[in-house]
Amino acid sequence: MTSRRRQHTETPSGKLIRWLLITVALVFLALFLVTPLVAVFVQALDMGWSGYWEAIRDPETLAAIRLTLIAAAFAVPLNTVFGIAAAWSITKFDFRGKNLLITILDLPFAVSPVISGLIFVLIFGAQGWFGPWLSDHDIQIIFAVPGIILATIFVTVPFVARELIPHMQAQGREEEEAALVLGATGLQTFFRVTLPNIKWSLLAGVILCTARAMGEFGAVSVVSGHIRGETNTIPLQVEILYQGFNYVAAFAVASLLTFLGLASLIIKKVVEWKTTET
Amino acid sequence: MKARRNVLPGFGISTGITLAYISLLILIPLSAVFLSTASGGWDHFISTVTSPQVVASYKLTIGASIAGAAINSLFGLLVAWVLARYDFFGKRLVDAIVDLPFALPTAVAGLSLAAIYADNGWFGRYLVPLGIKVAFTPTGILLALTFVGFPFVVRNVQPVLEDLDAEIEEAARSLGATRWQTFSRVIMPTVLPALVTGSALALARALGEYGSVVFISANIPFKTQITSLLIITKLEEYDYTGATAIAAAMLLMSFVLLLAINLLQARSRRYQETS
Amino acid sequence: MKKLLISCLVIALTSSLMSAADIKLLNVSYDPTRELYKEINTAFAKSWKAKTGNNVTINQSHDGSGKQARSVIFGLQADVVTLGLAYDIDVIAQKSGLLPSNWQTLLPNNSAPYTSTIVFLVRKGNPKKIKDWNDLIRPGVSIITPNPKTSGGARWNYLGAWGYAMRQNANNESAATNFMKQLFKNVTVLDTGARGATTTFIQRGIGDVLIAWENEAWLSINEPGGKDKFEIVVPSLSILAEPPVALVEKVSQKHGTAAVAKAYLDYLYTPEAQEIAAKNYYRPRLKAVADKYAKQFPAVPMMTIADFGGWQQAQKKHFDDQGIFDRIYQPGK
Repeated sequence: MTSRRRQHTETPSGKLIRWLLITVALVFLALFLVTPLVAVFVQALDMGWSGYWEAIRDPETLAAIRLTLIAAAFAVPLNTVFGIAAAWSITKFDFRGKNLLITILDLPFAVSPVISGLIFVLIFGAQGWFGPWLSDHDIQIIFAVPGIILATIFVTVPFVARELIPHMQAQGREEEEAALVLGATGLQTFFRVTLPNIKWSLLAGVILCTARAMGEFGAVSVVSGHIRGETNTIPLQVEILYQGFNYVAAFAVASLLTFLGLASLIIKKVVEWKTTET
Repeated sequence: MKARRNVLPGFGISTGITLAYISLLILIPLSAVFLSTASGGWDHFISTVTSPQVVASYKLTIGASIAGAAINSLFGLLVAWVLARYDFFGKRLVDAIVDLPFALPTAVAGLSLAAIYADNGWFGRYLVPLGIKVAFTPTGILLALTFVGFPFVVRNVQPVLEDLDAEIEEAARSLGATRWQTFSRVIMPTVLPALVTGSALALARALGEYGSVVFISANIPFKTQITSLLIITKLEEYDYTGATAIAAAMLLMSFVLLLAINLLQARSRRYQETS
Repeated sequence: MKKLLISCLVIALTSSLMSAADIKLLNVSYDPTRELYKEINTAFAKSWKAKTGNNVTINQSHDGSGKQARSVIFGLQADVVTLGLAYDIDVIAQKSGLLPSNWQTLLPNNSAPYTSTIVFLVRKGNPKKIKDWNDLIRPGVSIITPNPKTSGGARWNYLGAWGYAMRQNANNESAATNFMKQLFKNVTVLDTGARGATTTFIQRGIGDVLIAWENEAWLSINEPGGKDKFEIVVPSLSILAEPPVALVEKVSQKHGTAAVAKAYLDYLYTPEAQEIAAKNYYRPRLKAVADKYAKQFPAVPMMTIADFGGWQQAQKKHFDDQGIFDRIYQPGK
């Protein structure tokens, strides 16, 4: 692919332009993207490794990590199943209103996280639709863990589907149709033909979904109640530490999410290289 | 395009699951916003969304988002260009870094940006004496919104640039076109739809952004209060109908924008398939 | 069937044993009290264990006082609330009925075990020469104060300024309104709560003066390096801030924690807790402790909320929708 574009003879001015563009791009990226990334780690280690571990091992932080993992443990599998179903429906069939469906699917992606949290308060809060019923039955959703899980599910709904759809669209339907002609059932077709083809995109989608689920701030902040040690996720804990003058600890905890983000980046890259290789 | 008959199985179940999930998790909750707004009455809705403070927040949010999308168009195109057409040491690393704003949680991004551009921050300590204040100003908001939308442009433009047929460029060159003419008349038209889509996506993302702005914005009404923050403030002030009114207006905007983007993408995809 | 019954019994027994031994309380508090309650909770747990042999864990939630009140109304399961001003607890009683409307009479000293006041925190050396409230309206002075609509501290700040302006202008309201307008014109950042404002001033280095709770100001000075960076300026006139505490009866009854919760609130008035408060720069009520720590609390002429007609009137006049605060923030920007 690259060889097609390579100029066999490059003029001096061409070379100059090339170096100029590359330099500007790299400087821009370094200042704009890399610096914030580096800043997180530098600040986190301001008190050395011992300070770092102390911040991570703090009981409130550990509770936040646990809650974050729980929320992700619910959100990711549910949204994966949904993502596969939606991708299958959208890419293998034609039907009216498909564009509308795709747009609705994308809504959590574009909707402000604040609104995402607000809607659950409106429905499940004590003054909300189900408020009185929930309170009579002593069920706590808002300001408790279930609310956080719900908000997390909402904001990550599109992630798996969005990774799968372009890939499945590019692959077309021929292989599945062929399998059908050859006598395979729907499920067999799915597991033996589709799944192997999409496994890398699926992985990428799951990873991104997980990263977002664990890093969500706005929506969870609205439904959380900020009860230390109970209803704070990692991002919320970062905010609390920051406000308690524990800057190093805030960055230390933030670095956990940054690691996760970087890991998801790397995995996504590997996935992309693998899919272009096949 | 001829309509294709749906021959594959599983339409019912997959679409059924999709619709049920979407209804339960997206449509019904979002409708709560509109219902709550409606319960406040049309007049209240109009008076809220047109009140000076709210309008100021729209101006700031939309203005900063558009500016951010524009900056992203420029630099996104540049980075996509460099990645698609040149080879250099560390290119794979750079390629991976482009996605950083996607992977980094918004709160962490905001925290980090605020730390860097604060008076005593890495960049702030040089910029502030020069009179360039970033943290707590609309500039800071612009920075955060640009940051979160950056990958959209690059990721949309890069594949198009990579797929560009070298022969067309060489043909133009051999017919005597200058470098600039080749760029503006041959390359740009092909790239433009992807660029617009990418910028629109960056715009949509920026409109709703909250987590990063929370840390870098001063939340001063009329000056640095983006709409998301205003909604939160209204929530905290017991003003639920006000909050949902503003949220409803924002939702409509996002929905229309998204619809336009998706239609644009569908149209450009059809264009590419038939060409 | 018998097995099922027995296991149910065992579970019920052990859980009731556990609930007798391990109690959890939620204290929903306002923003600056993070450090205070961390200490008090540890001390109370110790004292409770010594007295009853049971373990009690107190969970904390901190945010702007008004915001916290709203959260409780919306279902945040507070066993006790320790907020920044009486109005916020009144609202909880009015809008949700979770505690009686006469809650303030149920504990001594208007249910406020400690008090505080409003001071200014400035940069070391006081480069902008800020001595009193009228220095705040000088052009070029950048003020940090939280949002009166969400923060309790912000409302005390506002009333302190208003009170001063009224006295300076012979109770002329339009002159006082003008004063407030100019003051808020100088405000650079409006955070949700007092702690957010402190963070802005201290960590982000924004602003020339922070209008703060006395205890917040001292906390900042005592942070590492604080003494070299900040100093406290006490204005000529301030306001007696009485942050009250209350038992959220319906919630604690539902949780079965009413007895412990009540003991917890009573504990706040004991010499032990009063000392902890004083050490954290909250003005204690107990005379003995107050005398002991008198040196760190300067004598400031103070108004009280009564001078403003009580909270109901003050809230309606200044902070509710279309109140004076809303009006001074309106067009003309």
